[in-house]
Amino acid sequence: MSWESFFQNLSNGISLGGLYALIAIGYSMVYGILRLINFAHGDIFMLGAYIAFYGMLIFSLPWWLSLIVSIILTAFIGILIDKGAYKPLRNAPRISALITAIGVSFFLENLGLVVFGGRPKGFYRPHIFDEIITIKGVRILSLTFYSLVITAIFLVLLFYIVYRTKTGLGMRAVSTDMETARLMGIDVDKIISITFAIGSGLAAVGGVLWAMKYPQINPLMGIFPGLKAFIAAVLGGIGSVGGALLGGFILGIAEIMLVAFMPQLSGYRDAFAFLILILILLVKPTGLLGVEVKEKA
Amino acid sequence: MKKLSLFLVVALMVLTFGTTSFAADEVKIGVILPMTGPVAAFGQMTWEGIELANELRPQVLGKPVKLILLDDKSDKVEAANTASRLIEKEHVVAGIGAVASSNTLSAAPIFEKAKVPLITPASTNPLVTQGKKFIFRACFIDPFQGKVAAKFAYNNLKARKAAILVDIAQDYCVGLANFFEKNFKALGGEIVSKTFCKTGDQDFSAQLTTIKAKNPDVIYIPNYYTEDALIAKQAREMGINAPLLSGDGAQAPQLIEIGGKAVEGMYYTTHFNEKAASTELGKKYVEIYHKKFNKSPNALGALGFDAYYILLDAIERAGSLDPVKIRDGIAATKDFKGVTGVITIDENGNAIKSAVIETVKNGKFEFVTVVNP
Repeated sequence: MSWESFFQNLSNGISLGGLYALIAIGYSMVYGILRLINFAHGDIFMLGAYIAFYGMLIFSLPWWLSLIVSIILTAFIGILIDKGAYKPLRNAPRISALITAIGVSFFLENLGLVVFGGRPKGFYRPHIFDEIITIKGVRILSLTFYSLVITAIFLVLLFYIVYRTKTGLGMRAVSTDMETARLMGIDVDKIISITFAIGSGLAAVGGVLWAMKYPQINPLMGIFPGLKAFIAAVLGGIGSVGGALLGGFILGIAEIMLVAFMPQLSGYRDAFAFLILILILLVKPTGLLGVEVKEKA
Repeated sequence: MKKLSLFLVVALMVLTFGTTSFAADEVKIGVILPMTGPVAAFGQMTWEGIELANELRPQVLGKPVKLILLDDKSDKVEAANTASRLIEKEHVVAGIGAVASSNTLSAAPIFEKAKVPLITPASTNPLVTQGKKFIFRACFIDPFQGKVAAKFAYNNLKARKAAILVDIAQDYCVGLANFFEKNFKALGGEIVSKTFCKTGDQDFSAQLTTIKAKNPDVIYIPNYYTEDALIAKQAREMGINAPLLSGDGAQAPQLIEIGGKAVEGMYYTTHFNEKAASTELGKKYVEIYHKKFNKSPNALGALGFDAYYILLDAIERAGSLDPVKIRDGIAATKDFKGVTGVITIDENGNAIKSAVIETVKNGKFEFVTVVNP
């Protein structure tokens, strides 16, 4: 393989990995606080893309305004899902909440099929994202740069909230010990709602950027990116934001490189991602950056 | 009320006896089509073509043709039921149908067992006719589509190096890719890269980087429209300018909606285009179709029309209404000038005929050329 092809593949991998990372962070945050794997996360991602799609199509909003509207509405939907589906099960065994998450996922997918229709729709890509930048023969879509920048901005914002604000302090406290946090006078329900809002808002950002990169949206579009992001979150250490970021990039680059170096195996790309999941669970179940959490009695 | 129902019964009896007494002077042909259910649109388009054919040629061997249309409801079990009813109750001399390959596959054994010929207008799966003596089709099969694509790539696009990116989750796509590969090599071309994807995939950048490094003259992507649109988009972003070529699975408005400018100039193989109508019958069909339905004729209607004509032609040549003799007549079809081209039925019961190449131009599907077998 020539260096040119190698760097082209690397840039493709980073671009895909960045999107995985963005979705994985939402997974990780909710898990970090609630110890709940929110399998509906991929479908919230889908809703984010559809809201932006209709924002641009029906209300003719500029793309950035659609993105903001999508973040706000999707965050709100995230809160609703928590209040409606997960909150009643807060004290139930963890497996009940997990099964409910799968139920919510199916519900959102089928709701999408009814409301939006099963036909795939073309997504509009703004001109500033549509330019091709060529660096020594490596062609990169300008969207790739912007999505890395956008991801970085939201990450800084996220770290600021988690480590520099009172809400963030509450989040960290709830994640360490929910009961004690409650005794300390922290409004646990509010903290959980905020967590869902942030996680879902990030899913919306991921959804819109994904739809601009792969300009086709359908109600089932969240399934595979959602599963991949889940793998990325586990790989990096679920519960850790930095881990999700790392896992996303590793998974994206690994997937692309598998196809690049072994084209005859290109059909097994998804299987390869799941193989990584199985291996990491066997070898280092806490993930690369995860810390072991003692089971609470 | 009672009187009315009695009258109805009598009327019905008269009608029934009336028709039976005429039966000997009629040629009964059964038609199985999906008139309701998920692929109802296909059934209705096909029926338009068959009806039109019946209007143009209402008689064979000096007797009127009676079409008996039964709805398979786009369902395999219903397709088998309708087949049994046509054979056991209606005693048809031959059948036309169904549309979807799986439904034709479920009706076929019943016709085969009763030794009554069945000709399907549009089922392209090779299994439909494979190993059966009484089952035929008016359309080409998927392997042929792959062959046509190879010929077009080699002769018209002057391509010598081809790359293939195929969806391995679809038998249809895999079949097309394999036959393209085989034929392109036989013509003297080279397959420089063969990579795979899966239905629902959205990122093809790694496959396309591999393809770009090999610098092919053409890229064959025999997949369905969503994957094809995304592949086209990403290929153009990567600076790959080689022409893209696909099969009839690409032919949907969504290809253009999603692909936008990237699918401009993309080619695909399909069954029929009104501009490709070269035979006398074809031209006539286009003309009367426009007059009767006030729209452009589609591939399925044309295939239905051809199925009816091939059948009547066979009956004419057999000179008899014996289903076995009609079967021999269909099998002997050679150089029949139909709407969708010049048709010859091969030893497996498949139609050998030309295919049409279309392209995307200014956001519309446009006719390019006809490729002969």
